[in-house]
Amino acid sequence: MAIKVLMPALSPTMEEGTLAKWHVKVGDEVKSGDVIAEIETDKATMEVEAADDGKIEKLLVEEGTENVKVNEVIALLAGDDDGASDEGGAPEKPAPETNPGQGEATSRESGEKTKAESKKPKAEIKADPDLPEGAEFVTQTVREALRDAMAEEMRRDETVFVMGEEVAQYQGAYKVTQGLLDEFGDRRVVDTPITEHGFAGLGVGAAMAGLRPIVEFMTFNFAMQAIDQIINSAAKTRYMSGGQMSCPIVFRGPNGPAARVAAQHSQDYSSWYAHVPGLIVIAPYSAADAKGLLKAAIRDPNPVIFLENEVLYGKSFDVPKHEDFVLPIGKARVMKEGNDVTLVSHSHGLTYCLEAMAKLEEEGIDVELIDLRTIRPLDMDTVIASVKKTNRLVTVEETWPVCGIGAEIAASVQEKAFDYLDAPVLRVTQKDVPMPYAANLEKLALPSAAEVVEAVKAVCYR
Amino acid sequence: MTSRSSSKSPKPAQKKPAKKSVDGPAPFSEEEEVAAYRDMLLIRRFEEKAGQMYGMGLIGGFCHLYIGQEAVVVGMQMAIEEGDQVITGYRDHGHMLATGMDPKGVMAELTGREGGYSRGKGGSMHMFSREKQFFGGHGIVGAQVPLGTGLAFANRYRGNDRVCLAYFGDGAANQGQVYESFNMAELWELPVVYVIENNQYAMGTSVARASAQTNLSKRGVSFNIPGEQVDGMDVRAVREAGLRAVESCRAGKGPYILEMMTYRYRGHSMSDPAKYRAKEEVNKMRAEHDPIEQVRIRLIESKTLTEDDLKQIDKEIKAIVNEAAEFAQSSPEPDPSELWTDILADMEA
Repeated sequence: MAIKVLMPALSPTMEEGTLAKWHVKVGDEVKSGDVIAEIETDKATMEVEAADDGKIEKLLVEEGTENVKVNEVIALLAGDDDGASDEGGAPEKPAPETNPGQGEATSRESGEKTKAESKKPKAEIKADPDLPEGAEFVTQTVREALRDAMAEEMRRDETVFVMGEEVAQYQGAYKVTQGLLDEFGDRRVVDTPITEHGFAGLGVGAAMAGLRPIVEFMTFNFAMQAIDQIINSAAKTRYMSGGQMSCPIVFRGPNGPAARVAAQHSQDYSSWYAHVPGLIVIAPYSAADAKGLLKAAIRDPNPVIFLENEVLYGKSFDVPKHEDFVLPIGKARVMKEGNDVTLVSHSHGLTYCLEAMAKLEEEGIDVELIDLRTIRPLDMDTVIASVKKTNRLVTVEETWPVCGIGAEIAASVQEKAFDYLDAPVLRVTQKDVPMPYAANLEKLALPSAAEVVEAVKAVCYR
Repeated sequence: MTSRSSSKSPKPAQKKPAKKSVDGPAPFSEEEEVAAYRDMLLIRRFEEKAGQMYGMGLIGGFCHLYIGQEAVVVGMQMAIEEGDQVITGYRDHGHMLATGMDPKGVMAELTGREGGYSRGKGGSMHMFSREKQFFGGHGIVGAQVPLGTGLAFANRYRGNDRVCLAYFGDGAANQGQVYESFNMAELWELPVVYVIENNQYAMGTSVARASAQTNLSKRGVSFNIPGEQVDGMDVRAVREAGLRAVESCRAGKGPYILEMMTYRYRGHSMSDPAKYRAKEEVNKMRAEHDPIEQVRIRLIESKTLTEDDLKQIDKEIKAIVNEAAEFAQSSPEPDPSELWTDILADMEA
């Protein structure tokens, strides 16, 4: 009987894609390994291979169909073994193997459509007062916003260049640098060998010589190879030189848990870098913030750690259509005003908050939601002002709890607003374990909207 | 980068040095001999004074003296031009003086005073001078190698013909980032001379105990970077090799490795009793290969200078060093407010 051919995932975070082309028609005989279709995401195109021998019985999804969910049945294959049958609860055939094409590089890349996208918050999100007045908006993904930020700054300043693994010819492992090579050439968009320690140090040296490098790490997990240069050379040299030396450099790339890539590829480094005087640490959530803050980071005379989030790359937001849209570093954004409890988060942590907030509204709890945006310097004024109003605070982050961002905020709040607190500050964090691979364990390790709801209710004594 | 397209023909494994004299290094002019003598003597006397001041408790922390290795920086400095960059590790006082930094500012940094190059916030291992194109002064062994490669990258990016000298020791030569740098430097043909100051001991570990390939000039072979071993105790040999390397870099031929065979007379740092080597070994080096003595003998034998002239130079150098030592003690400690400055630059900076 028929074997189901399923929509394959191109990457750990992909949830859907476009069925771009069928290479077969009904009635064709295919052998295992034959290319039967092409699928696309905004990042990549891949070929789908048949996982079995047989005859194409049905094509269930038309060529050109967008938003085909991963694991959706896209075709039926009549097996040529008469005895084979998948009826009667026989296990489904696994999704056909996509051709990874890049060999070992697969663990170094992944994708786009996000798990966050499915959950749209109901709560009203407040406009960012830092946006230019009367701005028109264009809908952009975080990925596009980051690319535009770099391209605009590169047009503006000849000393700005991008370097990193696969940033040029491959167009970026996550396609953030897409198109930059075409516009700026290989002098300013520089593919490096896989040599994080080396090119981070080289970038710092170039910055000391007055250039403005944007160093892309394929993920911040790999930046641990380079962390000595980031901290000992980039962050400390201004101080150690009595202000003589300058290091205007941006280290950027995806940070934080991705999906199903296990402990070595799933870690949030925000508190690591936030610990270090001499660094600026930015971790945006929205595309507008990603753009406005990356432009600010590139212009800043200091070393900036710019923590992007892989899961957010494909998420779309309104971005101001302003020719020179730059946001202030070190300023949190009150995304929604409320009176009952303050919820503070950053980057992908906001997705849990937004989902939780919608549920909490239904229960009559009025949340004030703050996106930190910059982790160092931390905008404690905004947090304290909010706590003084709501008297309750919950922090949410994908960082580990020990010495995390929530720990720092809680300490600051008890110093500066002790008398305003009506409940202990609670933290929702990644659990204090390395990220597991198994889907169920991974879910348990990450924060969740349910945990945010629970924490908020706890501090509200409800 | 544009410079290195894939169509570029492969280089031979080892470039031949442009020209290398058979009968020893090319002689110096009289002026060059005298200048080299003065510059090396200044480093020697400065370091001796720093050692004394350390013993008196005026200098704290780590203090790595350059005594014995003077010919390396002085010779290399004679091979570069104004605008070329210099970067090194933590044994850096000699490099600072050789690039023309003020001995007063260097010594006052050693004592942690306001008049120091880093206003007392860097210390012995962390001093810089934008004016003299001296980029430090780096305390993490080997970290200066990618940094220096980055300075060279900036030269290439700007299309100027500046060259960077990136110094490191035989110990740093075993750090992985050195080879990451070699690879990128050759790949992109960056104008950087890697000057390996092989003083035979990485702290207490001899080269033979730490290095599978003890000829460090060959460490660039698999990257196709030319390398030479140089008598680092002979300032003329250093300059000659330096000129060859710098010229090659300036001509756009990519990086160059010079392994300077040298020797430090003192311990690794002030607290090192140097029990890992025999006294005789040190004495033999001092007696037979001292870089300053070699020049002194030539100056006398060639009748360029008399003993009295030399005494006069000695006196002048001593005065400079004493003045630096006095300044380093009279300059005030940094104002407590300095604790909070120079962490981040203002946007306008």
